[in-house]
Amino acid sequence: MYDDKELERIRAGKENWEKTTLGKALSKFPERKPIFTSISGMPVERLYTPLDTADLDYEKDLGYPGQYPFTRGVQPTMYRGRFWTMRQYAGFGNARESNARYRYLLEQGQTGLSVAFDLPTQAGYDSDHPLSMGEVGKVGVAIDSLDDMKILFDGIPLDQVTTSMTINAPATVLLAMYLAIAEEQGVPFDKVGGTVQNDILKEIICRGQYIFPPKPSMRLTVDLIDYCFKHVPRWNTISISGYHIREAGSTAAQEMAFTIADGIAYVQACVDRGLAVDSFAPRLSFFFNAFTNVLEEVAKFRAGRRVWARIMKERFGAKDPRSMMMRYHVQTGGVTLTAQQPLNNIVRVALQAYAAALGGCQSLHTNSYDEALCLPTQEAVTVALRTQQIVAEESGATDTIDPLAGSYFVEAMTDKIEAEIEEYIRKIDAMGGTLTAIEQGYIQKEIQDSAYRFQKEIESGERVYVGINKYTMEEPEPTNLLKVDMKVGEIEAEKLKKLRAERDQAQWKAALDRLREVSQSDENVMPAVIEAVKARATIGEICDVWRDVFGEYRPKEFV
Amino acid sequence: MTQDRKIKIIVAKPGLDGHDRGAKLLARIFAEAGMEVVYTGLRQTPEMIVETALQEDADVVGLSSLSGVHMYFFPRVVELLREKGLDDVLVVGGGIIPKDDIPELKKAGVAEIFGPGTPTAEIVEFIKKNVRTRD
Amino acid sequence: MRDYAKEVLEGSPRAAARLISWLEDEDPRALEHMERLHAHTGRAYVVGITGSPGAGKSTLTDKFTFALRKQGLTVGIVAVDPSSPFTGGAVLGDRVRMSRLAVDPGVFIRSMATRGFLGGLAKATGEVVKVLDAFGKDVIVIETVGVGQDEVDIIRLADTTCLVLVPGLGDTIQSMKAGVMEIADVFVINKADRPGADQLYAEVTSRVEQDAHIRERAWTPPVVKTVAVDDEGIDDLVEAIRSHRRFLEESGALEERRRRRAREETLQMIHGELFRRIRDRLTADGELEALVEAIAERRESPYRAVQDVLARWLRE
Repeated sequence: MYDDKELERIRAGKENWEKTTLGKALSKFPERKPIFTSISGMPVERLYTPLDTADLDYEKDLGYPGQYPFTRGVQPTMYRGRFWTMRQYAGFGNARESNARYRYLLEQGQTGLSVAFDLPTQAGYDSDHPLSMGEVGKVGVAIDSLDDMKILFDGIPLDQVTTSMTINAPATVLLAMYLAIAEEQGVPFDKVGGTVQNDILKEIICRGQYIFPPKPSMRLTVDLIDYCFKHVPRWNTISISGYHIREAGSTAAQEMAFTIADGIAYVQACVDRGLAVDSFAPRLSFFFNAFTNVLEEVAKFRAGRRVWARIMKERFGAKDPRSMMMRYHVQTGGVTLTAQQPLNNIVRVALQAYAAALGGCQSLHTNSYDEALCLPTQEAVTVALRTQQIVAEESGATDTIDPLAGSYFVEAMTDKIEAEIEEYIRKIDAMGGTLTAIEQGYIQKEIQDSAYRFQKEIESGERVYVGINKYTMEEPEPTNLLKVDMKVGEIEAEKLKKLRAERDQAQWKAALDRLREVSQSDENVMPAVIEAVKARATIGEICDVWRDVFGEYRPKEFV
Repeated sequence: MTQDRKIKIIVAKPGLDGHDRGAKLLARIFAEAGMEVVYTGLRQTPEMIVETALQEDADVVGLSSLSGVHMYFFPRVVELLREKGLDDVLVVGGGIIPKDDIPELKKAGVAEIFGPGTPTAEIVEFIKKNVRTRD
Repeated sequence: MRDYAKEVLEGSPRAAARLISWLEDEDPRALEHMERLHAHTGRAYVVGITGSPGAGKSTLTDKFTFALRKQGLTVGIVAVDPSSPFTGGAVLGDRVRMSRLAVDPGVFIRSMATRGFLGGLAKATGEVVKVLDAFGKDVIVIETVGVGQDEVDIIRLADTTCLVLVPGLGDTIQSMKAGVMEIADVFVINKADRPGADQLYAEVTSRVEQDAHIRERAWTPPVVKTVAVDDEGIDDLVEAIRSHRRFLEESGALEERRRRRAREETLQMIHGELFRRIRDRLTADGELEALVEAIAERRESPYRAVQDVLARWLRE
């Protein structure tokens, strides 16, 4: 961005500064430590100047918002047009209680729903399955059948909200239920909008909610993408997630790199199915974490957008700019929250939300400060929502687009993270692709090594964590914690018994037989799944058909 | 030449919770502390965990739970251990566990609960100090 | 004191587990029990599963065991993983793949760390196999990493050794060190749905055929393709092992192998016991230190010293 003569002048000036002003200061006041690093362990220099961004080609590397390579954002006006979608992940207990919370959040000004499911639902087990013991309604809402789903969305018109569902292995089943409700409400499929996470690879890498082996899992993923492209055009068919990779201990650059590697695998699978890249790619979206180191996060988001755009254009030959846009949801970092001095978490979340805004997210969930202690209370959820409202309305971060662009440091960091992402992609390609890298445990091992390094830094005191290894204090026992009623499991089991007795047995059996037949063929499973949920087949029964046809997955664990 | 007696510890994730960052990290830390760590992986029922402890002649069972099911799983593991005559096996737990639950868990026979942010050295120390002497 | 030998014979997993711990710790209390169990061993058939890390051995062991269970056979599994040479600790992760076997009363799984013992096994692995044998398991599977010629101890314990190879892991014939190919009674090409599987299969098959030409061998190792995660080819593996067993039994080679094993074991036990006794004596009265001192100062040579010590000890 500077000509050579200008750069020469700056280099001379910097050397002079180092010898004179800086030299004097350092001899009197040495710096706090010999090496500074970001929370991801990336070295951070004392001072950044135009010398660090000398290779930057503005038009090629940064460009303009809404234009390739989208470094500066995916929309032309960004938050000057409208804020990101404020979407709080919520859901607990049974469908009735969750419905009440959704209505409350909608009244409070939230603009989209986000559904958390309990672990049995995520793992494709009914509430009365032995492995569901103690888990029903714990980390989200328990959904066994279409009847539960109907209660969950009772009084919520599906053409007026968008709904994000955190569901992966059985994503087809939950989407089928959602569509069945839309049908009942008289809402045509092309008016239905929302997202399913549908990202099985990161479940296998680090989150653990897998059911079937990778190959049939990928088939279900592609079936859903294919079906929505044809029938539910406003649906975001997958949310390729780095969030959990980061939670599992990765660095910022690894989070972006491995998520993009997963993305490449999905796009390739769709292309292999015969879908044209520009037909489905515009509906792909991403999901990332935001930690407290604001500048590193912003660089990560910018680098990710640039790398993804180039991959879609160069590797997959996308022509539609929308196929090249990395659109993403952000959730603030769950693992950054401390059980010690929990109110400090409000500040962490605020900085993280600020990072997400400066980084150009499309939607945001802010965590509640009490999440390291228990499931969030209503009060904490409200503070969390208010936090992002303050960032949006008061901080000024939303008034101009990509405000940190041109910062010597942020641009240098963006380049560095980009280089690291590209290096990982090269390595994974050389191994034979993402699935192989996962199978061999390469990705898992890289993440675990980073987690281990971080833990060691905390324990040695090398890295300060407020309230954990510095500024600690005696605290009173926390009060006002939310607990889930242990009874939920029994109630759900009772409901299931009734459902199984009362549904039309012939219709139910025919629907499951049909599902089995389709699953054994190459046909898209979605229509058969929709029929099955309408026939009141439960999620466990549907997944059992697939467990039988596809087998079950046991991961290789790398410790 | 007799071998040094090694502490054998089972690190298990009961239930459906898939958050194993802590469990894996600790497995590694325990191994570094010279222990022999049997890692069971995810989705363990109390029966599976106790059968593993039995066959492996484990000295310690470490349970990790972040999904709020500790009040069901932890006491159940202790109970089953006792049923099998493994009453000298040290049971410790960790994860997201509200402080009010700890007294009840201890009463049920869980030796100690380590919350988020506990220095791992403290956990290793506790185990070394409280592990059974095997006859 | 509890009568562990009796309890093992009566089928107590707790007793078997504890006895195994003693064996691992080289606790002398184990001896008396092992002595009494000896008459009850020799009934189980021992299968070794070895190969590179990442070859899918645990999954294969899981599926193989499951197949045996369906035939009504009981199974003991000894899964060996290396100890860290620096800390002495170990992470034993093989059970992860065998979760569904955990509560099957017909299966007993024991994870073992090598504890510095070279050769791919732990020192006590052979003894542990005997405990599981006396415990009544029909088949005992030893699962361990074996990549180099130094890690082929498994053939000394196993009646049938399966070498697991995988395409794309650098498992090519050229990369195989001398000796590794020879240990296999059955070759398994796992992850056979991967690119390169057919090539690896062809390579191994042709190598096996070449060997058969060069040297007269009564047994030509079959090459079995599996995709263990998808449960494919497991029946073929079971059949291959069964036919090897039939061959060993009919040709008398099983008897011969076991005799050879008994011989090696006896010699090894004599070696160990003699060494222990001599060392105990030498260290008890400070003689060893004096000898070391003399050798270090070149007043004495270790060659002479050994002869002296042995001569004296044998006279006594």
